[in-house]
Amino acid sequence: MKNRKTGIAGLIAATSLAAGAATAADVEVLHWWTSGGEAAALNVLKQDLESQGIGWLDMPVAGGGGEQAMTVLRARVTAGNAPTAVQMLGFDILDWAKQGALADLNEIAAQEGWDAVVPGALQAFAKHDGKWISAPVNVHSTNWVWANKAVLDANGIAVPQTWEEFMAAVNALAAAGVTPIAHGGQAWQEATVFDAVVMSTGGPDLYKAAFIDLDEEALGSDAMQEAFDRMAFIRANVDENFSGRDWNLATAMVINGEAGFQMMGDWAKGEFLNAGKMPGTDFLCFRFPGTQDQVTFNADQFAMFDQGGTVSKEQAALASAILSPSFQSAFNVVKGSVPARTDVSDADFDDCGKQGMKDLAAAASSGNLFGSMAHGHASPASVRNAIYDVVTAHFNGEFDSATAVQELVDAVSIAK
Amino acid sequence: MAMPVEGDFRTRLQVWLPKLVLSPSLAMALVFVYGFILFTFYLSFSDSRILPSFGWVGLENYLKLFRLRHWETAVTNMGVFALLYMVICTAVGLALAIFFDQKIRGEGVLRPIYLYPMALSFIVTGTAWKWMLDPGIGIENTMHALGWESFAFDWIKNREYAIYTVVLAAVWQTSGFVMAMFLAGLRGIDNEILKAAQIDGASNWNLYWRIIIPQLRPAFLSAFVILAHLAIKTYDLVIALTGGGPGRATELPATFMYSYTFTRNQMGIGAASATIMLMTIAAIMVPYLYSELRDRR
Repeated sequence: MKNRKTGIAGLIAATSLAAGAATAADVEVLHWWTSGGEAAALNVLKQDLESQGIGWLDMPVAGGGGEQAMTVLRARVTAGNAPTAVQMLGFDILDWAKQGALADLNEIAAQEGWDAVVPGALQAFAKHDGKWISAPVNVHSTNWVWANKAVLDANGIAVPQTWEEFMAAVNALAAAGVTPIAHGGQAWQEATVFDAVVMSTGGPDLYKAAFIDLDEEALGSDAMQEAFDRMAFIRANVDENFSGRDWNLATAMVINGEAGFQMMGDWAKGEFLNAGKMPGTDFLCFRFPGTQDQVTFNADQFAMFDQGGTVSKEQAALASAILSPSFQSAFNVVKGSVPARTDVSDADFDDCGKQGMKDLAAAASSGNLFGSMAHGHASPASVRNAIYDVVTAHFNGEFDSATAVQELVDAVSIAK
Repeated sequence: MAMPVEGDFRTRLQVWLPKLVLSPSLAMALVFVYGFILFTFYLSFSDSRILPSFGWVGLENYLKLFRLRHWETAVTNMGVFALLYMVICTAVGLALAIFFDQKIRGEGVLRPIYLYPMALSFIVTGTAWKWMLDPGIGIENTMHALGWESFAFDWIKNREYAIYTVVLAAVWQTSGFVMAMFLAGLRGIDNEILKAAQIDGASNWNLYWRIIIPQLRPAFLSAFVILAHLAIKTYDLVIALTGGGPGRATELPATFMYSYTFTRNQMGIGAASATIMLMTIAAIMVPYLYSELRDRR
């Protein structure tokens, strides 16, 4: 075990030394931001670096969620040729840090005072063993509900504050012949909804015990069964053709007034804005009923790969540029997420963005900021996928809630 | 004096050259195929998660694997898929070949039409069938638009039936190829035998059932080998057609293996599932090939 770690670290160090010498003053960045808006946002960073005389070797690997990018990374690292910086999510960063592959950014972090401005729950994924290993770019929160205002108004529905009000709203829409909930039947989307439902059903205590501490009692509790029952209610109120649908098509259903609500992360906002809709007048954004005080998040970060023991000048410049308030604001306005530091001005953001920033700061200071299970910020990939399996099987009617709870306990114990 | 030496050199070269030419590919096959099979076998007993690791955990990965409902689904699906796919493909292919063998007009035009799907990649087949089978945009929608309101064909969205849509698309893709193999076999049958049988008064049915089909045994062997390996390695079709869904209803061992090894950081379990797949296919193929090939000696 120990031999392997040092072996891989040595391998990386040796080859990156050689590679580093050949491509001095360039940063090679592996990422999966290939869609128009994302690429434009990343361009801000690229130009910032170029103004400092640092070249940018772009290495995009398409595929939302970065599965392909991670496969490429694995191949690069095994071949001993790791990129300078890699876009990464949650536990992947910590997994690589455990392999000893990442650089120590403490020096630059101390200079720029990252510890004071980055929320603690986020630091848990940007630091390993007390060392900063990656630079957070943004915070997406996943417990949003998006609603078509015209549809709600036509049916006399106010923004639901509790699960009961939400059920009443959904029933009213169903009675009016509108699809109440737009949903895409893919495992990760079902898990995204499940995140919010568990948080709302059992509160932050259940969420933390079940998804972060992986406590068997919490996973098998009655409250968890209740959460599965609520998932069944949601399943009963999606249209028949939901299976396999992409999230943006579900968002389009809300935009076009075919459906009332969608539970999705804040990246859905971009779809509304691209369709020329205005927050507050055309569409509404609010926290999933019962989770008004909580924020479940996932954060994109750039992890810096070790370049022979020291942080290169280019890596330090890149990390510093990523966390600069101007880039944080410019990037996140485009991306739909909120800045990873809580001291950035919200002047450029729209209403949903402003609310997101306010919620994040409040949740961070009151201890209500939690990593999203569905997006790999609560438990490692193996456990997350094991939970996906159960949630998606239950959502598609393979077993009832009581069985689902047992399956959940079992699946997590196998994957742990 | 010079001649025998040169001759000696030549003979030696002639003896050694084929081995010399073959050895790089042999070495590569040994390392990259058999070497990595052994490596995977070893990894299935290790605690590998994100990268290969060499901590020995014994049979733990196999025990975990067989506790997974997900794996059970994948194996059941494999059984259903492989059986239906191989049987239907063989039946359809044989039937088409026999029809083509009736000396029909325009064979040269018709044959490529049936053969053509094989030229497509499974990704294309999967995507095209996904659209056709989708109730919202495909066949069902078209039937509703044409006025047949009660028509329902939503198998691809139905957990119980989704695996049959995979069979449907796969059969569409490969049966033309199987037809070509049987057609080649049919054309190779000695006409004298057929004429003799006809003179003896054999009916058309008997002619095929008793005389022609038994002679197609080599073609059946090729079809079986090709279909079996296509069935077990089916990955892209499922990814394009259903993405393993609805839920996990159409996962196959190949998609299971890929996701556990490369995206779920459970390389040990992934390697165990790969080993089980290899064992299964070996258990079916080796006896069959042995019994078929032994006869010819």
